[in-house]
Formats: sequence, structure tokens, C-alpha cells
Amino acid sequence: MSEPASKIESQKEIKQIKDMGLDQGVARLTPEKIEKVVNEVLENETGARLKAYVESCVHCGLCSDACHYYVSRKDPIFSPAAKVKQTLWEILEKKGKVSPEFIRRAAEVAYTECNLCRRCAMYCPFGIDVAYMMLTMRRICHKLGVTPQYIQDTAHSHSATMNQMWVKEDEWVDTLFWQEEEAQEEIPGLRIPVEKEGADIMYSVIGPEPKFRAQLIYQAAVILNAAGADWTMPATPGWDNSDMAMYTGDNEMMARLKKEHFETATRLKVKRIVMGECGHAFRSVYDMGNRALGWKMPPVPVVHALEYYYELFRAGRIKVAKKFEKPVTLHDPCNVIRGRGLHEMTRYVVNKTCENFIEMTPNREHNYCCCAGGGVINCGPPFRDKRVVSNSVKADQISATTKKGVEVVIAPCHNCHGGLEDIIHHFGLGVELKFLGDIIYEVMEKPE
Amino acid sequence: MHTLHNLVSGPLVWLAFIIFIGGSIYKLVTMAKEAKKKDPLVYEYWDGNYAFRSILHWLTPFGSVNWRKNPVLTLVTFAFHISVILVPIFLLAHVLLWKESFDISWWYLPEAAADWMTLIVIFACIFFAGRRMIRKDVKYLTSSSDYWILAMVAAPFITGYWAHHHWPMYRLMYILHILSGEIMLAAIPFTRLSHMLYFVFTRGYIGSEFGAVRHARDW
Ligand code: SF4
Ligand code: SF4
Repeated sequence: MSEPASKIESQKEIKQIKDMGLDQGVARLTPEKIEKVVNEVLENETGARLKAYVESCVHCGLCSDACHYYVSRKDPIFSPAAKVKQTLWEILEKKGKVSPEFIRRAAEVAYTECNLCRRCAMYCPFGIDVAYMMLTMRRICHKLGVTPQYIQDTAHSHSATMNQMWVKEDEWVDTLFWQEEEAQEEIPGLRIPVEKEGADIMYSVIGPEPKFRAQLIYQAAVILNAAGADWTMPATPGWDNSDMAMYTGDNEMMARLKKEHFETATRLKVKRIVMGECGHAFRSVYDMGNRALGWKMPPVPVVHALEYYYELFRAGRIKVAKKFEKPVTLHDPCNVIRGRGLHEMTRYVVNKTCENFIEMTPNREHNYCCCAGGGVINCGPPFRDKRVVSNSVKADQISATTKKGVEVVIAPCHNCHGGLEDIIHHFGLGVELKFLGDIIYEVMEKPE
Repeated sequence: MHTLHNLVSGPLVWLAFIIFIGGSIYKLVTMAKEAKKKDPLVYEYWDGNYAFRSILHWLTPFGSVNWRKNPVLTLVTFAFHISVILVPIFLLAHVLLWKESFDISWWYLPEAAADWMTLIVIFACIFFAGRRMIRKDVKYLTSSSDYWILAMVAAPFITGYWAHHHWPMYRLMYILHILSGEIMLAAIPFTRLSHMLYFVFTRGYIGSEFGAVRHARDW
């Protein structure tokens, strides 16, 4: 691998991408409707913060190099401030008098060209939060009915089933029993305690786990049991902590989802919620969903898997039989690192479980996003190529570690997993991808 | 010429200061009120310590990762901002005016230093304008108002330097100097120059969010 693999295709132009949700949504718009909805949102839902951001942006471009889209493509339209220029600046300047075509482009920018990763807020001298402005744009699009089809489908699923993947209630409970049985073949007597009132912990996962990655529930059960945790999982809706409504701009639905989640924990009388390795779900429970409900901090303490693993290893509740041998690197997921500062705890666990840990650079708060987050991967196949070539810098980052011998990338987040999988495949990086839980499960001493 | 001089150095000075101070207070108060009503979370999550921590890092040359990644821009930016604030306040000629008018006075800059700092401001403005033309991403973000603002800031320094060195037509330049200075001052609250007023709040707020809620650094 001489020339970074990423250079190959990154210049490929991606023309306007067809998407049924966006195209049909825009076809229904009239200038009057746009103006009305835009001004409603701006008037009722935004205020001083947006104004201060727009008025004090000095158009300096210091945020450009923060954004993996820009760093990968070098196209000025991908600079964070440029995304605001293509959306809210124009809308504010024209007081909502913009055309349906403008909204089409603005929606594509807000939904598929920004991961809401907040890296640029750390590079702008004024701390201007572009992610917040892209969310505001998404809010407008949601109210206009202009949302990408795939992510809108998951939002529909949330509102019909209270989970992201159209999982029916009996399917959910069946999955738990199925994983319990599987695990019992390895560890007889292992239980996945369902509906145990008064347990210390409610363990919650995202919709795609029972659907596509059920073995993660199995692994979590093994870890929690080995640690002697007093835990439970709910049998009712509220088990899913994920939240695509937060990313479509459907704030009402975001609030409903989190209400259900917190109320389930309260019904089970648990002391805290421990959640699986997911970034966006953590953002929803810890940062955005609770706020939508009027809770400054989550009403039930929320602990992300990374922090929980750290707790277990600190207390010596998990023993390592034999450390993981292949050299590993770590991808820091935005929503739990920039979003919760779990970077040192994660490194503690990686060092406890792996022989040879090699950092990728930049790392910790400064790591580049996977380009799947913020709902971008959930916008589905139409936008897949764009998000992959728009993150060639991630491919470069990973291939720099493989030169040092890295064979495994640990990505402790579902979205990052999806995004990195595509990047590794597309750029032929030849590394394996694992959750931190995969590693722990592999190296831990398991009860007989 | 004489009446013009009297006008710009008399009533217009008052007007400029009234607009600058009054406008700034008005802007900040209306923003604060609106935030209270519509963005109460700014107050909820504001944390003095973390806000200060973030502001301090960004007000220190090379104190943030991004400052370190752009060393030339960082040097120019800091030299520019320090000069653009200090020169008008501590220039001997200005201090003397305050002394004459209100019998108050304070420390002043050595003349050579003030001269250099004026040149720094002028060349920094040229540098910023050049950057706007050359860097593709900055060019994309730039609108004509960005050049006007640069011109507006450079004008009092160019004319002041000119007048001070008694170059041809320096009397006219002197009048233009006062006038352009007044325009700049009055424009602060109502143009993008208001970044000067909002910096503490936007930076402080993101610093509070990152520090107190997200337990992460933001520099
Ligand atoms: S993807 Fe991240 S860095 Fe880029 S504009 Fe969005 S929030 Fe900023
Ligand atoms: S968002 Fe910040 S860094 Fe980006 S152009 Fe505006 S002021 Fe500069």
C-alpha cells in the first residue's frame, strides 16, 4: 500500500442523488408553504443562540480542516460554515423566501453531508456549533415533509413500535430467550433476567441488535453474568434506546421515545441504565432526548458500555484469561468521546485486554468521525458512496496504523462499525473490525 | 474644511460613542433577554469555570490545537487583534485628546510601538483580504461585505498613519481618519464586528457544554 488507498476515488464527482423521500417531498412544496414553515420554526424554536452564531461567524474558514468531508474532498462546499451558507444563512437572509429546489439541496446538505459530530465546534474560535444549525435545518425539513426515505422509515418504525427496526414485542422477547439458550450451551445456568423488578441495572440496546447483531446480547449477558451484576432487560417497548427521530428532526417523537425508555427503567425500579456500545443512542438519552423532555440531565443515571466496562475492570470484576494478541487500534466515537469524555476509560480497558495497542492520529476528542453518524448511514444505499468517499481521511488514518502492524480496529459504536466496515472494504484496508465487547468476551475468564 | 473638521471632531464623536456603547448594550441585553425566553438552556448549562477555561485557551496564542495547526494565521490574528484594540486606546495623540476634553489621562504607547502596531493592522487586513481571495474554502464563504468590513477597519489606521507622518493632503486625511474611526466604532454592534461582543458568550457556552456535560476539551 504505497499511495494511500483513499486518494483513488475521492475526487469522483457525485451528482445529485435520487431519493424518493427528498424528491417526492420537494415536489409537494410551494414557496408559500416553505415560507410559512421556515418562519414558524425560526420564530418558535430558535432564538438568540442561532442569531449569535450567524452574526458572529467571520467567514474565516478555520473550521474547514475540522471536517472530514472537507479534508477528504477539498471541495469548499463541504467546509462546515459552507454548509450553513447553503442552508440557514440564505434562509435567514431571504426570510424564508426560498425555492423548493433550494430546500432540496439544503436537505441533502443537512441530512447527508454532516454527521453532527461537533468536531468543528472545537476548531472554530467562537465555538460556533454547526451541528446545532444542521439540526435546525433538519427540523425545518421534517416539518416540510422533506426527509430521506430510509431514515424516515426508521422514524416511522419508532412511532409505530417504539423501536427502530419494526421488531414486534414477541420477537423481542423470543430473541432474548434464543440468546439465553445459545449462551447456556456455553455457560450452563446463565440467565438473561427479563422484567426483574428492583434490579440494579436495566441493560438497554438499540433496535438493530436483536435484528442483525443478536450475538452482542449474548456477549453482554456473558460479561454481566461473569461480573456478578444484578441486571435485567425489559420485555416491553422501551427496551430500545436508539433514536432516529432525533436525526430526522422529529423532536416530538424523540421526546416520546425517551419518555418510554426512562419510564420503563422507572417501572422496573432499577438504579441505573447501562447501555450497549452505541454512540447516537447515548447522545439521545444523555444529551438531546432528556432535554426534549425538560430534564437537564437524564432522570435515571445512564452509563455507557465503555464506562461500565471500565468500572468492571477497575474493580477487578472481570478477569482476563489471556490478552488479545493481534495489534489493535481504537476509533474514538464522537458521541461518547466528544459527547461524554470516555476516552481515557476506554483506553484503560483496551490496555487491560490487549497486548499491543497502537493509537491512530488524531485521537481522543480530535478523532475524525466515521462519516456514518448523525443518521447519515441511516439515509441508506442512495448516499452510501458519498459518505464513503467523503471520508478518505479516515482510510488514511487507519492505513497509517496498519503500516505499524495494526490488524484490528476497535470501534465501540454501532454507527462507527457500519461506517468503518464500508470504508475498510472500499479502500481495501485489510483490517478486522471489532466492538470492545467482542474483545472482552474473547479474552475474559468465563465461569464454567 | 474647518467646519467639516469641527463636525467630525465634535458632535460626530459623541454620536459614534453613543451608538457604539448604546448599541452594544442594546444588542447584548436583547440577546440575553431573548435567550432567557427561547434558549433557556444557555443559562441552564452555563458554567463559569468551564466557560473561562475554554475562553482562556482560545485567547492564548497557540493555546488550541487549531491555533497550532495554523501558525502564520495565528500570529497575524493575535498581532492584529492586540494592535487594533490597544492603538486607539493608548495612542499618545488620543490620550492627549481625552486629557484636553475631560482632564483624564492614562498610560500611552511609545510612539515607535504605536507606529509599528498601526502597520501591523494595515498589513494584517491585506493578509486577510488575500486569504479570502486565495484559499478556496474561504473564498466560497466570502461575500462582498467581508471586504467592506476589512476596508472599514483598515481605513482609520491608514489615514491615521498618513496624517501622522504629514504626507501630502494630511489635513484631509486627518478628517477622514476621524470620520472612518467613528464609522468603525458605530458599526461594531451592527455588523460582523459584533463577534467582539459575542465571543465570550458563544465560546463560553460551548466551553460549558463540553466541560460540564460532556467532560471533554474543546480546544
Ligand atoms: S460533519 Fe462534523 S465537522 Fe463536519 S460540519 Fe458536521 S459537525 Fe462539523
Ligand atoms: S464557523 Fe467559525 S471557524 Fe467557521 S467560518 Fe465561521 S467563524 Fe470561522
